Amino acid sequence: MTRSAPGPSRNLPQYGALAAVLLANWLLFPDFFSIRLQDGRLFGSLIDVLNRGAPVALLAIGMTMVIATRGVDLSVGAVMAISGAVAATLTQAGWGLAPVLAAALGAGLLCGLWNGLLVAVLRIQPIVATLILMVAGRGIAQLVTEGQIVTFTSPGLAFIGSGSFLTVPMPVVITAVLLGVTALLVRTTALGLMIEAVGVNRLSSAGAGVNTPVVLVAVYVWCGLCAAVAGLVVAADIRGADANNAGLWLELDAILAVVVGGTSLLGGRFGLLLSVVGALTIQAMNTGILLSGFKPEFNLIVKAGVLMVVLLLQSPTLTLFLPRPGPRPVRPPTPPRGKPESPSPSAGA
Amino acid sequence: MIHRFLPLLVTTAVLVVGFLLCAAQFPNFASLRVVGNLLTDNAFLGITAVGMTFVILSGGIDLSVGAVIGFTTVLLAVLIEQGGWHPLSAFAVALAVAGGFGAAMGAVIHVFQMPPFIVTLAGMFVARGLGFVLSTDSIPINHPLYAELGDLALRFDGGGKLTLPALLMLGVVAAAVVCAHWTRFGANLYALGGNRQSAELMGVPVGRTTVAVYALSGLLAGLAGIVFSLYTGAGYSLAATGVELDTITAVVIGGTQLTGGYGYVIGTFIGVLIQGLIQTYITFDGSLSSWWTKIAIGVLLFVFILLQKGLLAVWTGRGGTPAEA
Repeated sequence: MTRSAPGPSRNLPQYGALAAVLLANWLLFPDFFSIRLQDGRLFGSLIDVLNRGAPVALLAIGMTMVIATRGVDLSVGAVMAISGAVAATLTQAGWGLAPVLAAALGAGLLCGLWNGLLVAVLRIQPIVATLILMVAGRGIAQLVTEGQIVTFTSPGLAFIGSGSFLTVPMPVVITAVLLGVTALLVRTTALGLMIEAVGVNRLSSAGAGVNTPVVLVAVYVWCGLCAAVAGLVVAADIRGADANNAGLWLELDAILAVVVGGTSLLGGRFGLLLSVVGALTIQAMNTGILLSGFKPEFNLIVKAGVLMVVLLLQSPTLTLFLPRPGPRPVRPPTPPRGKPESPSPSAGA
Repeated sequence: MIHRFLPLLVTTAVLVVGFLLCAAQFPNFASLRVVGNLLTDNAFLGITAVGMTFVILSGGIDLSVGAVIGFTTVLLAVLIEQGGWHPLSAFAVALAVAGGFGAAMGAVIHVFQMPPFIVTLAGMFVARGLGFVLSTDSIPINHPLYAELGDLALRFDGGGKLTLPALLMLGVVAAAVVCAHWTRFGANLYALGGNRQSAELMGVPVGRTTVAVYALSGLLAGLAGIVFSLYTGAGYSLAATGVELDTITAVVIGGTQLTGGYGYVIGTFIGVLIQGLIQTYITFDGSLSSWWTKIAIGVLLFVFILLQKGLLAVWTGRGGTPAEA
């Protein structure tokens, strides 16, 4: 397995897709690229795409690494709801900004730790393991807010959602910083390589000396943290926490962003920046459909169409007929389905 | 052979003990009326969960069922109320569309070797989207046949009754048990879920079985949509959101392994009833908030998965294993 993002040619489809969507938006709506400065903050459709795409992009950063280990985290939407609920409730109770942020992020880390332990130590299939928190997590968030929509007026917390730093909206800044930190962590160390190794073959990587449980737990913890940050951004944006609807179905959007970004659901090679590009592509499509005056009802169908095209391009059957430039990872003709980790627990690390 | 049925026995025991505890706390709980309502309220969930059990037994997953239910209710409402169709012909069209939709997903999964998780996720978007395109409003269905079908029920003394949805669910469960254990299709399904390569070598028609199982899941989701529209008397594109997860939860609680190849339809039925029981208990209690349902189901899910893992470890430790190849 080579490291990700080798030449621009392999990633061309992802950047091309984003460019095509943006171009289509520009054709439909000539003012699309115009950006103006007002009250010390940038405004414009393009900024809007970045700003509204931020929560899914944040989720996609964590989700990418989980998917790279051949897992999936269904609980990120529920974790968003929990972190937003914790932040709003504590702010309303009169806590300061720093402890509120620490508590909300801590809640996300705990959720990630729980998922990671289930997957790494108890060896539960990731879909099932994270389904538990997906079902129960929203209940926990409602427990925190006692079933109500908790609103707050603290300007400090609201700044995270609607403030701006050097004229750039805060959600965009936060996404960029988290992307940078994550990329630094996994690409300047061997961690990224280990994540890919675990995703390609957990048993072999354990045999090669990779501490697979630690890598898996770390990945799920980081995903929980990303989800908590996304939850904070959403709660701060609307200045309240709605445990029922915050982050609802965003786990599916995040998975979609990762897949559109070209990371295979079968694990292995991953691209963090590409996943963010995927998230922005989806958001640009949403914005484009709204701007063009099409009914928003078509949104889901368009989304599904794009998903199918991207999947078909990645499909092992189709790639047999479409030779691609450059070396491609060797993959068995039939991807093993069903049981990624069938051997008995005693055979593992 | 007793340990083969252990997950099923534990699930059944949880249902019985849970019911007895509820009955001990609320004397009115142990009545035919409550049991009848439990079956009626969860009929659409039960029917969908049967289809999901088949898909999961074959080693796949179907995330589109909730969206197909929602789409079916809208399609029925539009055909009957705006198109002036007779409900029975609308039912036939809805079942055909839902079954065809499932078959198409199965074909994509098989031909392009794509993960079922993501294909059915796309299917979920398509079905919800088509529902939105038909109508974003909730359309009431006022056809006289709907009122008649709503009244249709087997009545017992003491106010208990088995309504048409409940009867349909029981019929589907019975037919599914027969189909899973006493037909060639059922045997192929278990073989496919147990090990795809071996099944292929044994001569199991992998492609046909895959397409058939997703078609069946779509068909049952369509039937659940009909039941849902009978139950609510309306068609709404946002109906039954999250049902896919409720059904997967029921399948797991029912002792079927999500890796495929091992499980029982009847366990899923009991899993649906356990979820319904928790909801009924919370309604009876009155002071508990609705979010405890979610937390309780999450805890149950965790306990059952741990139980399965524990049993599996014991089996593989002994060498003789009925579950995984």
